[in-house]
Amino acid sequence: MKQDVWDALKNLREKAERVYQERMGQGQIFIQVGSATCEHAAGAIEVADEFRKHIAASGRNDIILRRTGCTGRCSREPIVGVFRAGEMPIKYQLVNRELVHKIFTQHVLGGEPLLDHVLDGPIERLSKYEILNCGSLRCGWKGEQICGGPMANQLKAMGVPPDVCRVTSASCFGACSIELAGKCTHILVRPQNVLYRITSLADLEEVVREHIGKGQIVERLRVKEEPVSQDFFELYGEIAFFNRQTRIALRHNGIIDPTSIEEYFHYRGFEALAKVLAQDDPDWIVDEVTRSKLRGRGGGGFPTGQKWALARKSPEKTRYIICNADEGDPGAFMDRSMLESDPFNVIEGMIIGAFAIGAHRGFVYVRAEYPLAVERVDHAIRMCREWGVLGKNILNSGFDFDIEIRLGAGAFVCGEETALIHSIEGERGQPRIRPPYPTEVGLWGKPTVINNVETFANIPAIIIYGADWFSRIGTNASGGTKVFALAGKVKQTGLVEVPIGITLREVVMDIGGGCPNDKKVKAVQTGGPAGGCIPASMLDLRVDFDTLNKAGSIMGSGGMIVLDEDDCMVDIAKFFMRFSEDESCGKCTPCREGTTRMVEILERITTGKADESDLEKLERLAKLVRKASLCGLGRAAPNPVLSTLTHFREEYLAHVRDKRCPAKKCTALIHYEIDPEKCVGCTACARNCPVECISGERRQPHVIDQSRCIKCGRCFQVCRFDAVMRS
Amino acid sequence: MNPHCASSTNNWPEVKAVAERLLGDDVVQFIEECRKTSEPNSYLIAVLHKVQSKFGYLGASHLDAVAQLMQIPAAKVSGVASFYHYFRLQPRGKFIINLCLGTACYVKGADRLAEKLKEELGIDFGETTSDGMFTLEGARCLGACSLAPVMLINDDMHGTVTPDQIPIILDRYLKKAKQETASKSAS
Repeated sequence: MKQDVWDALKNLREKAERVYQERMGQGQIFIQVGSATCEHAAGAIEVADEFRKHIAASGRNDIILRRTGCTGRCSREPIVGVFRAGEMPIKYQLVNRELVHKIFTQHVLGGEPLLDHVLDGPIERLSKYEILNCGSLRCGWKGEQICGGPMANQLKAMGVPPDVCRVTSASCFGACSIELAGKCTHILVRPQNVLYRITSLADLEEVVREHIGKGQIVERLRVKEEPVSQDFFELYGEIAFFNRQTRIALRHNGIIDPTSIEEYFHYRGFEALAKVLAQDDPDWIVDEVTRSKLRGRGGGGFPTGQKWALARKSPEKTRYIICNADEGDPGAFMDRSMLESDPFNVIEGMIIGAFAIGAHRGFVYVRAEYPLAVERVDHAIRMCREWGVLGKNILNSGFDFDIEIRLGAGAFVCGEETALIHSIEGERGQPRIRPPYPTEVGLWGKPTVINNVETFANIPAIIIYGADWFSRIGTNASGGTKVFALAGKVKQTGLVEVPIGITLREVVMDIGGGCPNDKKVKAVQTGGPAGGCIPASMLDLRVDFDTLNKAGSIMGSGGMIVLDEDDCMVDIAKFFMRFSEDESCGKCTPCREGTTRMVEILERITTGKADESDLEKLERLAKLVRKASLCGLGRAAPNPVLSTLTHFREEYLAHVRDKRCPAKKCTALIHYEIDPEKCVGCTACARNCPVECISGERRQPHVIDQSRCIKCGRCFQVCRFDAVMRS
Repeated sequence: MNPHCASSTNNWPEVKAVAERLLGDDVVQFIEECRKTSEPNSYLIAVLHKVQSKFGYLGASHLDAVAQLMQIPAAKVSGVASFYHYFRLQPRGKFIINLCLGTACYVKGADRLAEKLKEELGIDFGETTSDGMFTLEGARCLGACSLAPVMLINDDMHGTVTPDQIPIILDRYLKKAKQETASKSAS
């Protein structure tokens, strides 16, 4: 044990804390505005400026404007948090300039929250207290047993009215351990943010009597150690979209200022690094990560500990570590969010990985399309160097390590590890045959470990909270959580971090809220262009590397796109196949030619020019490309076709047999006609038709000239009498 | 120092002078910094990024100058430049419209936006309007899927765009360009 390392950390922490306290100053009221690519797109920069002006005009020095990254509730951005000491934290959604003024005058100065504008609101009233009870598998059931039913009922029985205390069920706080499992449950009381361990009804009664009744904290039942996601629940605990999540990789997103190393230190930053450097035992790290059952989050799912062990074994002593932030999957943006909202966490994970495998140089390979992420990581690296956690003699441990940023340049294939290595070397990003794997022969021929951003983001938490804790979240074969980017036809879009092994239904229906406009979920597309479509009938599938593979899809990097009845599965398959065709690097024939021919067949199907034999051809070709391609891109490219052929064959048959598109998406197969019974002759369709193929007198039924119709659907959209029929 | 560098060329001052004229001092200086490292060739992509962000595209003469200065075969430099989608080999408009064609945007109607943009601008993807104002490009995924469909015009992200908004948005940029030229000529 090297005491020097702990002393170094202690010094840095004290220095950081002084800056942190000074910055928070006399702050009694904090206004927090999100800052990330998506927040900026929604107008967060103007909102922050407006608050700055208001604060300056008010002349108050106890109101502090803070910046955070994004929480992942993208469709409601810009999100603004107003925190007044001792009161419930309030988050507002879709804030604009006008709302800034209202929030500032009424809430910040006046103390009256605007209940109509709160995140995922409106809400009717704000209760004085809120109890979040654990609803997870491990101790949630115990809560019901202790209370003899749902906790809300029990509180009612104790005579606590809902405007005094609201009860909300949340997911795991991370406060339980194997010894405690099944013996107790946990509740978090807000806004004092006290976590209690409840073992009997008497305990609950005591909390209600003392804390809720008299405002006295019950020290006897208080959990002293701070669990991993407490900070998150303190701020976002009441919101259903968030409290069903388990946040580990994203635990600081939307809480800390991503540009402030002082704040990162404040939230136990670099404690994990100090721990491993003080122990000075790389084998212990590899062992711990192996026991945590962490599997690569970039999509491959290779056990991280095993990868590190392989690199350690190499006789070659010059080794490299690379963070793969070339997030190219359309529909996935979790890596961007992590780099923009909590870059220090990823860097800390990387340093720990470097120490474990004995690397002294590391690279972050990040997309050039993410300028803000590049800026934040670059800034974070410079701060780390300044503070002595990167560079020579890190934290007085004698260990040297530094990180360089390398920009990608828009080649999807560079997410494949051997292509990525070529790209860092300054070559065309084309993959090569494996083995040898990069852990033996990688960057410049040296052993190289490549891990995804999210994999690194999990490492500090595993080191601090332990492999046992991490491995128990998730399934037997795969520990921890996975972040999904939920998008498409779903009410609540954004970043969702859930334990591996949760069902698709929980993610899409419970957290995502199902499809908007009361449409039915048709399928869920996971894993981007390398993944497949899982039909609604299989929503109870548990999300895990192996189960998704069996269903013909993959976990991938975590894109999750919900499709509804209006989406044509053949069209979706064509969309992904076009993507793969475009992104195929051209090195191997099966992928280069196979994807092109598959696009051609799909094109024929969607324009009604194919027959049933084309389906066979398509399937045979897809299987061939899967078997014979050189790298992961080609081998996975047929997945969208094969999975839709398996699960939605009737739809393909409708296209080829009946020349009909059931979802009415494939324009060539759609036919528009005007119902003379319903048409009132308002001329709206004729005026809007871009090719002027609709004719008819005013107040007389109109007619579409089918030979000239381009099937744009404009008439269908503008008709207010449902007279235009689409078939 | 790369053994194939300066020593093998006996007209180095001339090469450098040409490169400085074509690429500017800052880029030349950056390349020289890169050449001092142990793996100078690995910075080729970084150099191309620098050139593109300065000139907006990578012209044939730029690529030649980079090849000369880095002592990397010109065939390889243009091979790398043409491999990556991010690099442009043609000059582009004042405003670059990057329409996201990712999955989330696609299912939310990015194809209709594409039609509208093509119609309004009278150009196809990869082309620039004759007045040099707009270049239309398709992006793979801009990573703002929750705001789908999105488009990026230079550095401004526009979220949940509908076809009807397109003319208004384009107009705003045209006005901006007009104001800029007006204020320039005034000063």
